Amino acid sequence: MSSRKSIRVLIAKPGLDGHDKGAKMVARGLKDAGMEVIYTGIRQTADSIVRTAVQESIDVIGLSILSGTHLSICEELMEKMVKEDIGDKFVLVGGIIPKKDVNRLKEMGVREVFRPTSTIGEIAQFIQSEVEKR
Amino acid sequence: MTKQVKRSEKKSENPKADSDLTETNTGVKVKLFYDPEDMPRFDYETSLGNPGQYPYTRGIYPTMYRGKLWTMRQYAGFATSENTNSRFKFLLEQGQTGLSLALDLPTQLGLDSDDPLAKDDVGKLGVAIDTLRDMEKIFEGIPLEGISTSFTINSTASIILAMYVATAEKQGVDPSRLRGTIQNDIIKEYIARGTYIFPPEPSIRLIGDTIEYCIKQIPRFNSVSVSGTHICECGATPVQGVAYPFLTGIAYLREVLDRGYDIDDIAPLLSFHLIAGGVQFNFFQEIAKLRATRRLWGKILKERFSSKSEKAMRLKFSTGGMGGGMTEQQPLNNIARIAFYALAASLAGSQSMNLPCFDEAYAIPTDEAIRTSLRIQQIIAHEIGMPDVVDPLGGSYYVESLTDFFEKEIAAEMERIDALGGILRCVEDGTIQKQLADQAYQVQKRFESGEMIKVGVNRFEIDEEDRELEVFEVDPETRSRQIDRFNRIKEERDNQKVELSLEALKRAAVEKENLMPSILDAVRAYATVGEIVGQLKEIYGEASPMTVF
Repeated sequence: MSSRKSIRVLIAKPGLDGHDKGAKMVARGLKDAGMEVIYTGIRQTADSIVRTAVQESIDVIGLSILSGTHLSICEELMEKMVKEDIGDKFVLVGGIIPKKDVNRLKEMGVREVFRPTSTIGEIAQFIQSEVEKR
Repeated sequence: MTKQVKRSEKKSENPKADSDLTETNTGVKVKLFYDPEDMPRFDYETSLGNPGQYPYTRGIYPTMYRGKLWTMRQYAGFATSENTNSRFKFLLEQGQTGLSLALDLPTQLGLDSDDPLAKDDVGKLGVAIDTLRDMEKIFEGIPLEGISTSFTINSTASIILAMYVATAEKQGVDPSRLRGTIQNDIIKEYIARGTYIFPPEPSIRLIGDTIEYCIKQIPRFNSVSVSGTHICECGATPVQGVAYPFLTGIAYLREVLDRGYDIDDIAPLLSFHLIAGGVQFNFFQEIAKLRATRRLWGKILKERFSSKSEKAMRLKFSTGGMGGGMTEQQPLNNIARIAFYALAASLAGSQSMNLPCFDEAYAIPTDEAIRTSLRIQQIIAHEIGMPDVVDPLGGSYYVESLTDFFEKEIAAEMERIDALGGILRCVEDGTIQKQLADQAYQVQKRFESGEMIKVGVNRFEIDEEDRELEVFEVDPETRSRQIDRFNRIKEERDNQKVELSLEALKRAAVEKENLMPSILDAVRAYATVGEIVGQLKEIYGEASPMTVF
């Protein structure tokens, strides 16, 4: 890990689903890994997520989606990010994502998808190595 | 939860010293084996009683499953009312004895299908209901007097209940004959599940309104199913998974008691939905916990509320909601897990079972997965002799010691929360949310470190990279079809009647009258869920989400 300022992560819970245990666990884990983490709370829209990301100078956006709405949500969010000129920040998706959708999400520009088989440790490691690449 | 089982003081004389203690997967310390010394205060009459007798440790009915098997219910409902109607008919043909309806998130949050906020969620996790017409379609050809239906609905429970009653009226069924359950438990929504709309105070008043309505009009309907399952999936310990629902149930009881009703009229309308399984599952502890739950509730009703009615003191609970215990890895292993959950629930005398499905970790369950969970229940009920004898583990040194332990621990946790200002206060200020998030994180760390074993996940793994999974998908046209119907109804209905009914509702809300009669009128006029909730939002305002983690 380099010694520059800590990585700023926004954990966001888009859509109407209120099951946010996973989002909160990942937020806790990344904080323990030394990152600065903001959690949006539930029921966020693409607009509200992008707004927060801009306001808080976020490096990474982590979306938690369990309700099967990942494709439409990500499509909208990625477009808004480009429009707001934060297309260089990277987006991660975690949750109940069928395998066959992983590539479609990556084609939209999602950097990585963490499915139920992933660990928090893996997510933290991935973020660190991606940020260091830059 | 790392408290020690209370031990006899004369432990020096006991050959099984503390060195024999080991910690279970849920953090309870247990001995190598149990003997009569572990139950020094055991008295058959006061500790157990026969099945059906106070304090109901052995079961709430004298004959239990010999008299009537538990209700077998699998959660179903998706897309449109027509899809749900055919799945219900399929499940009834397969021998299911009760229906359980899943509603989509917009319906649960009081948003109509054409609301921009609802655009990604219509028909996704359950059926979309906008107006009474949808409810009529769901139950077309299914006579409501013959079935018991359970609705997973909370902040809009009063509206959904009104629609069910109105559907019965249309079918020519006397509403007083309706049987079923609405979840209608808002406190756990703030803690764990997230489908709240209004702030706590008016939400609890609305729950009071539905209970009051049920007492008078549909007394065989469980007007609240206080849920421990969601909070357990969210990090609550098995002890908290009973303590918090109990505190919540008591809060609802008090709301209606304050309106001048008798405890013995209110309490029978309450049921509980408790976890048997999941991330923190330990077979014998789950059984003991559920036995303790019945005994403690009986005592609370008798001692604290001076209940005199057996019907009020008998704790009815269903078990379910353990999707968190399912793994995506080697998914067929989940069938074994589900069977153990179901076995624990039946050994504990559960009244109704709703099992997870083996594909639940990665998809909305397929027909095959739902049927398999139903078959597990049927195998236990019909193949292996489970219904023959009531409470077969009663008298076991270990199970009785654990039952005492859980009763004490649950009561202590209830006292702790009361000392902090009560359940509502601890939910409003986020104390409970924060604590559950902490606990969930600690459990996750124990899995990731391998300290807690999950077969196929952190032990006995296989390479499954190329495995294709069958995934159930919702028709992408669902939303537009639902909106078409919705627009048609808006054209057909008497819009003046709708407006008048909504104005009347608003007045009743301002005057703090019982809202059920005006909600029923609005529903009969085909007002939409969103229109009804919109009126109430103007009066009550909205609760905002918490960002603590």
